[in-house]
Amino acid sequence: MRDQIILRIAAKILVGPILLFALYVQFHGDYGPGGGFQAGVIFAAGIILYALVFGLDQARAVIPMGVVMWCGTLGVLIFGGVGVVAMLMGGNYLDYGVLLHDASHAQHIGILLVEAGVLVTVFGVMVTLFYSFAGRRRAG
Amino acid sequence: MEVLGLFNYWVVIFLMMVGFYALISRGNLVKKVIGLNIFQTSVIIFYVSTGKIAGGTAPILIGDDHGVAEAGAEVLYSNPLPHVLMLTAIVVGVATMAMALALVVRIRETYGTVEDDEIQEQVLADEAVEGARA
Amino acid sequence: MESVVDLALLGLLAVTAIAVVRVRNLVAVVMLMGIYSFLSAALFVVLDAVDVAFTEVAVGAGVSTILALGTVALVGTRQQRHAKSPVIPLLIVLVTGGMLVYGTYDLPRWGQADNPIHGHVAPEYLADHVPLAGQDGEALEVHIPNIVTTVLASYRGYDTLGETTVVFAAMVGVLLLFVGTGGRRGASARGAGGGDDDPDGAS
Repeated sequence: MRDQIILRIAAKILVGPILLFALYVQFHGDYGPGGGFQAGVIFAAGIILYALVFGLDQARAVIPMGVVMWCGTLGVLIFGGVGVVAMLMGGNYLDYGVLLHDASHAQHIGILLVEAGVLVTVFGVMVTLFYSFAGRRRAG
Repeated sequence: MEVLGLFNYWVVIFLMMVGFYALISRGNLVKKVIGLNIFQTSVIIFYVSTGKIAGGTAPILIGDDHGVAEAGAEVLYSNPLPHVLMLTAIVVGVATMAMALALVVRIRETYGTVEDDEIQEQVLADEAVEGARA
Repeated sequence: MESVVDLALLGLLAVTAIAVVRVRNLVAVVMLMGIYSFLSAALFVVLDAVDVAFTEVAVGAGVSTILALGTVALVGTRQQRHAKSPVIPLLIVLVTGGMLVYGTYDLPRWGQADNPIHGHVAPEYLADHVPLAGQDGEALEVHIPNIVTTVLASYRGYDTLGETTVVFAAMVGVLLLFVGTGGRRGASARGAGGGDDDPDGAS
């Protein structure tokens, strides 16, 4: 679809705001609708739009398959790691109250970290799935 | 009132049955996966319906930046618990759907078709050949 | 007013679902599923589940449509006419549906504030100052207005960890099915697919 000038320009203009909106959804999730799951999918949607218009190889050059696969793994690791850190600091698994001196702030930090883990996993998995399906050649 | 109070559930059951019908009566594997998707959405609508309180509002606390309401302000919020459960269910749903579609793609590459009766024929023919060889 | 919009959206959902089953062109079916997702998202907003609506729009109408289109591009867009008679499936569906409708008469009526589901832990979640057991067991306040986020990440953190793991497992499963089984393009041999930019599976 590279020769379609309207699509190309529109996509160029849209991709940036989409990624920015994903971050807004992520960090505003405490105060309004949104959170890690939605933000991850929106972030992935930005990359997918780029891939649809500029071609899969271009998108792979921007974010290689290996990177998104590692993202999918890293997010689960962050999530689980927060729980382990809470245990090391004397609390229960995923008990954010012990992460900081002030337990209320600790809850905030804990939720933020966990949501970040969700964002990274969902982003990585969605883009990996898209790359896998789109990169396959039709058989027969 | 009696009818109105149950109407949501009836439409949910209708959608569920439409998905179920697509699953058992259509031979195309992609159509089956989409039938499952309709089924899943109907369950999600059911859960979210049970969490609704008539005249309520979304479970985002109204008040200052930290959600501390002014004294005396009584707001009716809908139940947030089904929302949380269904939010994760949707994301897991797309993950499992991707898995199912990947299986469909592999089946198409192996058998050259995604219609279940044609696949069945091929499997039976293969088994007959195996049996003759043994 | 709420229930009028609710009823209208439910009606549209039912019509779309029937169309999804009847239409034979799979590309059209996938597009109808996108409409179905948007309609159900609108319904979730009416039912006060804004977070669920947000997720449904992003995931149901966005990513699953793209994945389904990719699959249809790989497996062909025609669904074959079915030889078998639809009587037996229809009978099964009608009987099952009838029994479920009979079961709904025992359900609490929709939208009542005193339904059992609203009595258990939900009021605690909704309390202004959410009491969470701190490290010394005393009640502590979490000032996060969006209750769904609090419940998702804190109260039911184990749940969410499990869901995240399932999503990760799905990625591993799809990669296991796809990688090294042929049909890949330009992934292992970088630059090999230079003349073939348009991803058929995606457009």
